[in-house]
Amino acid sequence: MSTLAPHRELGLTDAEYDGIVERLGREPNGLELAVFSLMWSEHCAYKHSKKLLRELPTEGPAVVMGPGENAGAVDVGDGLVVAFKVESHNHPSAVEPFQGAATGVGGILRDVFAIGARPIAVLDSLRFGELDSERSRFLFDWSVKGIGHYGNSIGVPTVGGEVLFEPSYEQNCLVNAMCVGLARRDATIRSAASGVGNLLVLMGARTGRDGIGGASVLASAELSAEDSAKRPTVQIGDPFEEKKLLECCLELLDRGTLVALQDLGAAGLSSSSSEMASKGEVGLDIDVSKVPLREAGMEPFEIMISESQERMLCVIEPGRLSELLEICERWEVRANAIGSVTDTGALRVFDGDELVGDMPVAALVDDVPLYDLEPEEPTGRLYPDPPARIDAGAPVERALLALLGSSNVASKRFAFEQYDSIVGSRTVRRPEAADAAVLQLAGDGGSGAIAVSIDGNGRRVAADPYTGAVEAVLECARNLACVGAEPLGLTNCLNFGNPEKPHIAWQLTRAVEGLRDACLALGVPVVGGNVSLYNEGAEGAIYPTPIVGMVGSLPDPASTPVSAFTEPGHVIALVGPFTPDLAGSELEKLRGRLSTGLPPVDLAVQAEGLAALREAVRGGGLATVHDVSEGGLACALAESCVSGRVGASVDLSPLGASDPNVALFGEGPGGAIVAGPAAVVDRLPGAVRLGDVGGDHLQIEGLLDFDVGALAERFEGAIPAAYA
Amino acid sequence: MTFGVLRFPGSCDEVDALLACRRFADAELIWHGDRDLGGVDAVVVPGGFSYGDYLRAGAIARFSPAMEAVADFAHAGGPVLGICNGFQVLCEAGLLPGALLPNESLRFVCRQVDVEVVNADTPFTRTSRPGDVLSIPVKHTTGRYYAPGVTLEELEANGQVLLRYAAGQNPNGSLRNIAGVCNQGRNVMGLMPHPEHAVDPLTGSADGGVLFASLAAHVEALVATA
Repeated sequence: MSTLAPHRELGLTDAEYDGIVERLGREPNGLELAVFSLMWSEHCAYKHSKKLLRELPTEGPAVVMGPGENAGAVDVGDGLVVAFKVESHNHPSAVEPFQGAATGVGGILRDVFAIGARPIAVLDSLRFGELDSERSRFLFDWSVKGIGHYGNSIGVPTVGGEVLFEPSYEQNCLVNAMCVGLARRDATIRSAASGVGNLLVLMGARTGRDGIGGASVLASAELSAEDSAKRPTVQIGDPFEEKKLLECCLELLDRGTLVALQDLGAAGLSSSSSEMASKGEVGLDIDVSKVPLREAGMEPFEIMISESQERMLCVIEPGRLSELLEICERWEVRANAIGSVTDTGALRVFDGDELVGDMPVAALVDDVPLYDLEPEEPTGRLYPDPPARIDAGAPVERALLALLGSSNVASKRFAFEQYDSIVGSRTVRRPEAADAAVLQLAGDGGSGAIAVSIDGNGRRVAADPYTGAVEAVLECARNLACVGAEPLGLTNCLNFGNPEKPHIAWQLTRAVEGLRDACLALGVPVVGGNVSLYNEGAEGAIYPTPIVGMVGSLPDPASTPVSAFTEPGHVIALVGPFTPDLAGSELEKLRGRLSTGLPPVDLAVQAEGLAALREAVRGGGLATVHDVSEGGLACALAESCVSGRVGASVDLSPLGASDPNVALFGEGPGGAIVAGPAAVVDRLPGAVRLGDVGGDHLQIEGLLDFDVGALAERFEGAIPAAYA
Repeated sequence: MTFGVLRFPGSCDEVDALLACRRFADAELIWHGDRDLGGVDAVVVPGGFSYGDYLRAGAIARFSPAMEAVADFAHAGGPVLGICNGFQVLCEAGLLPGALLPNESLRFVCRQVDVEVVNADTPFTRTSRPGDVLSIPVKHTTGRYYAPGVTLEELEANGQVLLRYAAGQNPNGSLRNIAGVCNQGRNVMGLMPHPEHAVDPLTGSADGGVLFASLAAHVEALVATA
């Protein structure tokens, strides 16, 4: 099939191969080369992004676990911590969307229960090409089914997420999944192996040939036309196996049986074992003949790099093995002691008595070649304009209907109704009910609630990587503020093209600077994340797409506003530092233009605005709070009318915009519409009163007048119509 | 009065059901491998994907030791409530008439729906009135109630249809908008909506409490007359 040298076929450069020889003091054998190729892949080693990520702030008063653990964790009071992390499963989903998306959820769930937290929520951030493409309809449909299949079956609610459709994701869709877990602070566990002589136990599914080389083959190179041939490198998910594994691990942790716990993800046993050894500064001996296999005749190297799903690795004291086996048997979970902790500092692989691999842990995990990016600001345009859907001179009525019916603005009910959003009895605000999902902690011994959101807008980052990334953080924080939540920590997934290309390196560098500055301005630490590079198809790179997930806390879930207008007679106002602009807006996209450049953002002003919004919500009495995002003020008002099935009469002239299109559809950070009794709304500092809730029309003085039913038809019907 | 809530590997809503029951009486979990129901007064077979449901929803769970005990309990007149996967299990076990087929949409659907109480003269609905409308969520892929026409006629005639989806609210294509049925002896009920997820206005609705309150009242009344 290929005449490449073995190391090149595995994705290693000649210089990297020489580095392996130098670190080993000899040529690697086949198993060692396979393990190194995975451990040194972009996916496992972050070799193009690690230096950059060091710029992100990671410390804050609430941080319990930061980057480097399986998931980050923040203190939410009452002895509870919330663990969370977002991870990509882009290339597997582009090749086989159902299993790709399903195992993306399965993987991020394991990351969270690996630190001893019960998963209590999943959110997804999805990107596809436009829905008039058959490929994109297929990928969206089956990704949603895959997410639902895994999350619903395992009993973890999918409480939120976002989906955007842009031509740049046509070949290379994005499937990012975020999991949020809850643990008692004293019950969390780390992944560092310790205690020479302690046993290494593999729990869960048998090991098969599925997913071999997924991390290096799929996740660390560009997609190409031959990718259907890579389907066998996609793993197959079994949520039932994971459900048993989850309950079993949580029971083991509850009883204090384990010394350390780690999930098996990319690069399987190789990465999980060497990372546990690295963190504990110990060595590990593994006997692959003790690993239960799905098929006969597997080579030791295949066992070491298989990415079979639903497996966990733990370290226990030898005296507790029988206790562990008893609990595993009760849950019908397979468990086998496959090795032990040593003081050699090496990962030694045995096949029975025969030593088949011997690698210094440091060379696998810590002493990995890292690359400096060579960023260069592009001189020309990187992406073509999107196809025009309306004329630049289209009347505002047409523009509003086109926006509400566009896949980016339209209701995502089609997707979220396929997810169980309520199991666990914590969900106070379901998808699209409020700008962030709200989960009560009363049943867990907590006093308040947490709010979670996940956000990003690649098109705006493409227009201006720095400002676009800043806006992603602000949008996520604003969604939290709309339900009165204060952000405690942030996780991110950086979805970019090939970082070896200077313009992609520039996008990545500028976006990380934006994330850093926004996090510093808001005082939100980054507690973990994931990098997905090489997201390119034949037609070029995806829009640079940093995805931001946040967890915040709020004192009183009962007083959380919704995004719908609820009561005729309520007064509507705009709050926050909002300057609408058409640059990077959905309207511009529909007009067939991709902007270059976004208006600059004053982070200090935005931080103040977010604090004021949060305080306004916490002050009580507001029935409706909805942020102004895609489609501008007119779409935000229409959404609140449609959700509440009630009209509104507003006048935008107090905002002073001279171009009605800018006033109606202009976008930018900082704005939210609020509604409630006049006495509540009028005392909000800086609120601009726009009108009242009532009737069955949305009337915008001098500009628009629509029956709410007609708006609803557009907003709710658009995505189902693509599948009709 | 103590509820027993079954727990199969793959159950998802057993803790929600346990907490819902505890709002009205005592409640405990029953492990699927146990043949002994521990003297509980009523059994709840909860939602989820018992044993993965890879073969057919509920097809494996009916063979579990705990379900054998539940069948004996039901045949002796003990009240049994099956919710979603529990409804599927009870149909598979032959304790309830009919079957649950894949939704017409062939998709999972999670949605708050209105259901109407058709028969309030049962252990499961006695604290409601006929015509009461309850807001309760559904979440399932396999919830389309089906039975042969002659069976449906019998169910209607015997008052075994306890809950119906309100007009325009049928989420899955169930025949005659049936959301919940009981057996002829009126001591075994199954429904696709999740009353355990409708016991608190903060999480959407408290209307589902009717079923647990009714069961608790039924058992208390039996004890009082015993």
